[in-house]
This record gives sequence, structure tokens and C-alpha cells, in this order.
Amino acid sequence: MRHLLSIADLDRDGIERVLARAASFAEVSGREIKKLPTLRGRRVINLFYESSTRTRSSFEIAARTLSADVTNVVSSGSSVDKGESLKDTVQTLSAYDPAAIVIRHPHAGAAALVARWTPAAVVNAGDGKHEHPTQALLDVFTLTRRLGSLDGKRIWIVGDVEHSRVARSDILAFTTMGAHVTVCGPPTLIPPGIESLGCDVRYTLDGLREADVVYALRMQNERMQASYVPSLREYVARYQINGRRLHPRQILMHPGPVNRGVELSGDVVDSPQAVITAQVEAGVVVRMAVLYELLAGVRAPLPRTPTPTPQLA
Amino acid sequence: MRAPLVSIPAPPVDLLIRGARVLDPRGGLDEAADVLVRRGQIAEIGAPGTVPAAEGAEALDGTGRTLVPGFVDPHVHLRTPGQEHKEDLETGTRAAAAGGFCAVVAMPNTDPVLDDASLLRALRQQAEREARVPVGFMPAITRGLGGEILTEMAELRDEGALGFTDDGRPVVSAGILRRALRYQRLCGGVLALHEEDPTLSAGGAMHEGEMSARLGVAGIPSLSESTMVARDAALALAEGARAHFQHLSARESVDAVAVAKAGGAQVTAEASPHHLTLTDAAVADLDTRMKMNPPLRTEADRQAVIEGLRSGTIDCVATDHAPHARDEKEVPFEQAPFGTTGLETAFAALHTELVLPGLLGLGLLVERMTAGAAVLGLPVPRIAKGEPANLALLDLDARWTVGEHGYESRSDNSCFAGRELTGRVLLTVAAGTVAYRERSFAVSAA
Repeated sequence: MRHLLSIADLDRDGIERVLARAASFAEVSGREIKKLPTLRGRRVINLFYESSTRTRSSFEIAARTLSADVTNVVSSGSSVDKGESLKDTVQTLSAYDPAAIVIRHPHAGAAALVARWTPAAVVNAGDGKHEHPTQALLDVFTLTRRLGSLDGKRIWIVGDVEHSRVARSDILAFTTMGAHVTVCGPPTLIPPGIESLGCDVRYTLDGLREADVVYALRMQNERMQASYVPSLREYVARYQINGRRLHPRQILMHPGPVNRGVELSGDVVDSPQAVITAQVEAGVVVRMAVLYELLAGVRAPLPRTPTPTPQLA
Repeated sequence: MRAPLVSIPAPPVDLLIRGARVLDPRGGLDEAADVLVRRGQIAEIGAPGTVPAAEGAEALDGTGRTLVPGFVDPHVHLRTPGQEHKEDLETGTRAAAAGGFCAVVAMPNTDPVLDDASLLRALRQQAEREARVPVGFMPAITRGLGGEILTEMAELRDEGALGFTDDGRPVVSAGILRRALRYQRLCGGVLALHEEDPTLSAGGAMHEGEMSARLGVAGIPSLSESTMVARDAALALAEGARAHFQHLSARESVDAVAVAKAGGAQVTAEASPHHLTLTDAAVADLDTRMKMNPPLRTEADRQAVIEGLRSGTIDCVATDHAPHARDEKEVPFEQAPFGTTGLETAFAALHTELVLPGLLGLGLLVERMTAGAAVLGLPVPRIAKGEPANLALLDLDARWTVGEHGYESRSDNSCFAGRELTGRVLLTVAAGTVAYRERSFAVSAA
């Protein structure tokens, strides 16, 4: 694998390989001294065109733990603000010979374009509403640690599916791992044709009891202004995951950051069923595993060949 | 009123094309023949070997080739004035000539918008210096394409406006469009309509369906087109006015046009090569060359558009040739401008994808690629004695890869780039002069 642009770049074996590697890194992160020398002397550039605390810091910690040199380029205050094109920015950054570029961009397909323009390995850290493959990997990692295999497990993804890259990557990843996925939300926030990804569609929480896992998505305030739903109040009344709706045997997930009192009630966020913090922890080891998969062994620094001394006759 | 088409004045040609299969579906002509062009007019059509070479006439061996009337494209973007880095009158008409077109009609979404008689006058003068094939111009229906104030349509007609269009944008207000349709009684000129309800399509970048759901790209539903087609057909019928629907892409729109025609509305419609040959499956890897408006839709839509073209519900082919500079298209899909080039590939793409698989006869394709002239009230190119020479000589067996030798167009955003197509234009005669000759095409003196 040269890049991680879509979760579809990995088949089930590929996902399992990354997760096994992540599990071995999880042991290391329990140690006092957390660094591994794997990527020493290699550069990783985080190129972020959207504000992101969680994903950017997670990638940064992952790369540093593997001893890579990390540079963060964020859109505000950079040449991006000065109207430079994505291509020019990527080619400029590529001149620094990074081993990997981690890209977050507000538009679908941006990571795939970057991969065409740079010799570096490219990791998609979210492109528009399209995909967020490392989120899907960390979600699968978190679940397999709780449930063992996902085969035959029922996972409900609840909320604004239309605008969610997490939902798209998760549907693909969960079904690849053998789970049965149902998406649920207001009809206006379920994109027509989403069934083609291999999930069921529901518009009410009536069947939620069947779920082994409830995955709530972030509900953004802008959706109210565009009349996707008439009011936040009505959304909360129909779709909020709260103590009344969540069964004690169900696992609760959320990609963060949580809007307490909107998609999740405060009590379920703080309940032992919620694995939201475990997801964040998993993020670091899974991203370490992805960087390892893409970089270790491939293009490892070559031993410096000494300049041959001219032979005198 | 001035002549609607303008190009560089050129001396009329003398030409003898020997032994080609001569195909003019309107005249029921489909046989091997010699065709003699004298002083830019078709002087004689006779059995192979019977037409003597006129003195000074260049003789071309047409054996194994097919001679058809030159194509007419009622819908191209020549980007002049204001966006000459994408295309200008010379490069755009060179591309047209290379595609076998003997006339093209330029859209007004330029910078500034073509919405004023003085601008039209200047543009026509420029075309007399730069256009390799005759060009007609359609100014805007509303000033600045703003959708609010009608242009001075009567004066524009006096200056040679072929018709009017806000192409690239719909006339959102039914009230404004109704006034334009009524005003047509004074000034004439077909109104060509880009049909899209922006309240349904806002923010969309591709067809709304399974592929857009999968890619997380906002969709442009078929409804945004078909509801406006139905609305505007009703307005045209009520006003007894002539309206033309541009680039139909959706099954429901074809149905709406069929209903309107059956009800007696004076409406016509066009379809573009990309909607006839590609579907939204081509958008799977977010290649920006596959981003057009209206968007590539499903296979069911494609089949409906083909059937519409076959049955005559759709009158003609129009390329919607929409050049963009490379760096404008080298951005993420949602940020890229809409449009694909089309002039140099239209015939070959449709021949490869529709004629060779048996979906459409060659004669019917030629008919539909010339019928844009009739839609706009222009004389339709014919191969008949006494007609002006508007001809395309085709090699139906030649296989070529799109883009392998570059393009005549200034831009390279072809949705067919890299595809192997069958059928090539060897020679184009437009308004009695040779407008294009394929490089490898041998010339022999008489």
C-alpha cells in the first residue's frame, strides 16, 4: 500500500494487519518511555485545510512516537490564505522531501489529487464529506477490543449521515469486517442511494434495541438554517441517544467533538458504555500503524555509501 | 438584419472528391460518387469516375471514405471576450473545423457578458478576422445573465443575434421568461434555455444518486432539470413562442419534452455527446474532466437521451464545448468549474459509442449533428447541386486516442481524453473553403 486515501484501499486482511500492528503499539504506549525509533530522520507533514484539534494532534503524536520529524501546515496564516493552489502548495512542501503528507481538506478527492502530485506517501485525514479512513480504522480497533470479531454484529449509525465522512468510511469498514450496518436519521439527512454502500436505512429509532453498537454522529447547527430539520428541539426529541433509549448492553461511540444535549445526552457520554475516550486513544496507535504500514521498510533511509577513494595506478 | 454567421473571408475553393461514399440523409443520398466543388459551391455529383476534374481544382481520393454534410453545433463556449486563456475565436473555430463542424454558435457567458449591441458588433468584427468556420452569436436573455432585466433584444437582432440564451444559468423567474417569450413576437430569435432550478441544485457538483451518496458530494437531482423543462414548455405553449431546451440529461426531461411536443408547443431540444456516451460511473474517482452541468447521470438516463435523439424528441446534438485551463481543473472536484471540451471528439465519440454498437444509424447521427442549424433557423448543410459547400470527409475505420497529438482547442479538459475512438475527420469544408485538413491526409493534384 502506497497511500491511504480510502478505507476501500484495504481489504479485510489489510485492515486486520493494520489493527494487529496497532495492538502491538498499544503495548508500547503503556511503557514509561514511549518513543520508537522506526521513523527516525524522516519527515511527516500535516497539511490541514480545516481546523481540527483531535485528528491533527493524534497524527502528530503518532508520528512523533515513531520518532519522525513533524511539521504542521495549517490553512490560516499560511500561503493557502494567500491564494496558492493546492497543487502548488503540495509541490512546494514536497521539495522538503517528506516521507508522508497527512492531508485534511474540505473537498472530496483532495487527498487523491495530492497523491498524484507528490512522491510522498499520502494519508487522507478527511476529504470533504467523502472519507476519513483512519477514523474508520480506529473505530474498528476500538470495537474489536470490546467485542472481539465484528462478524454478525449490528451497528447503528445515527444522525447526519449526509454530511458525514465518518459515516461513509465506517459503513465500508464495518461491513468489510462482517458487521451489519443500519443508518438512521431524518430523511433529509440520509442521502438518497446510500443503501448502495451496503447498509439499511431507518428514519426512526424504533428498532434501536437490536443494535450491539450505537454510533452517534455530530449534529451541526448549520443544518437547522438550511432547513434540513425544522428545529434542534425536534431533532433532539426524535434522534438524541439518551439513557432512556440506550440499552445497558449496547456500546456507544461518537467521533467527537460531542455536542452534549444534542446528539447525545450528558448522562450517556459519561456512562461506562461510552467508549469515546477509548476511540481517541485508539487514534494514536492506529495512526502509528498506518504510518508504519506506509513508510517502514519502504524508502527506508539508505546506508550512506562512502565516496570511493580514487585508485592510484 | 445582418447575416447571422461570420468568419474570415476566404477565397472559395475548387475541389474534386473522388469516389467517396456520399451520405446526405435529408436527400436520401447514400452512394459512392464524385463530388465537384466549384467556387465554393457543389457544382456536380456523379457516378465515380464520371466527373471530370475541373481546371485548377484539387482532386482528393475519397475511396473508402465517407462524405457527409458539415456538422452544425448550436452550443459552444468560445470564451471570448474575457477568458481567452481558455479559448478564443481562432482556437475554438479550429477545434470546430477539426471536428467536422462547418458552423458553431457561441454562448454569451463571457466577461463581459454578451448583452449589448455594441459588444455584439465588435465580436462579429473580431470573428471576421479570426473565425476559421462561420460563427453565430446568441446574446443573453437578461442583462449580465442576472435574470432580471431583458436585453435590448430587438436591437441585438438587428445586429445579427441568432437568438438568445442565459446559458450556464437558468432564467429562474417564470415572469421574466414569459416576458422574453412574448417579446419574441417583435424581434424573433429562438430562446435557448439552460434548465435548472437552483433551489434544487444549489451546491451540487454531480448527479444526485448512488454515486453521489457514496462519494459524499452534493447532488444535482434530475428534478432540478425536468421541473424547469415542464414549466418553460408550458410558458412557451401559452405564449405561442419558440423555445429550445439545451443539453437534456435526465430521463424525466426527455419525457417532459415529448409531452410538450405532443401538446403542440414549439419547442426543440438538444443532447450533448457526453450525456449520450457516459454516466456518473465515470465520476467514481472524482476526475474533474467528468464534471459538467448538467451532470453525467445514470445508464437509464443515458438510454432515455439516446432514445429521445433516435425518436426525434431530441432534435439535435450540441457539444456544449466548454474549455477550461488546466490549472482551473486541477483542483478538488467540488471546486472545479463545470464543463468539458467537445468539438474535436463529438463525431468520433458518438460514432464509437452509438453507431458501431448499433444504437443509432450513421445517417441518423449525421442528420442530428446537422439539425442544430434548423433549430436556430439557419440553412441546413446539404450535399446537392447548387448548395454552398459545407462538407466533412470522414474515415470511419480510423482509430485514434483522444489527446495523443494534443488538441486544436486551447484547453485539454476532454472527458474522452485517453480513450480510443473509431472515426476521424479528414477534411472540413465550411462555407465553401477548406477549414481543416488532417495532417496525414494525402493530397494529390488533379
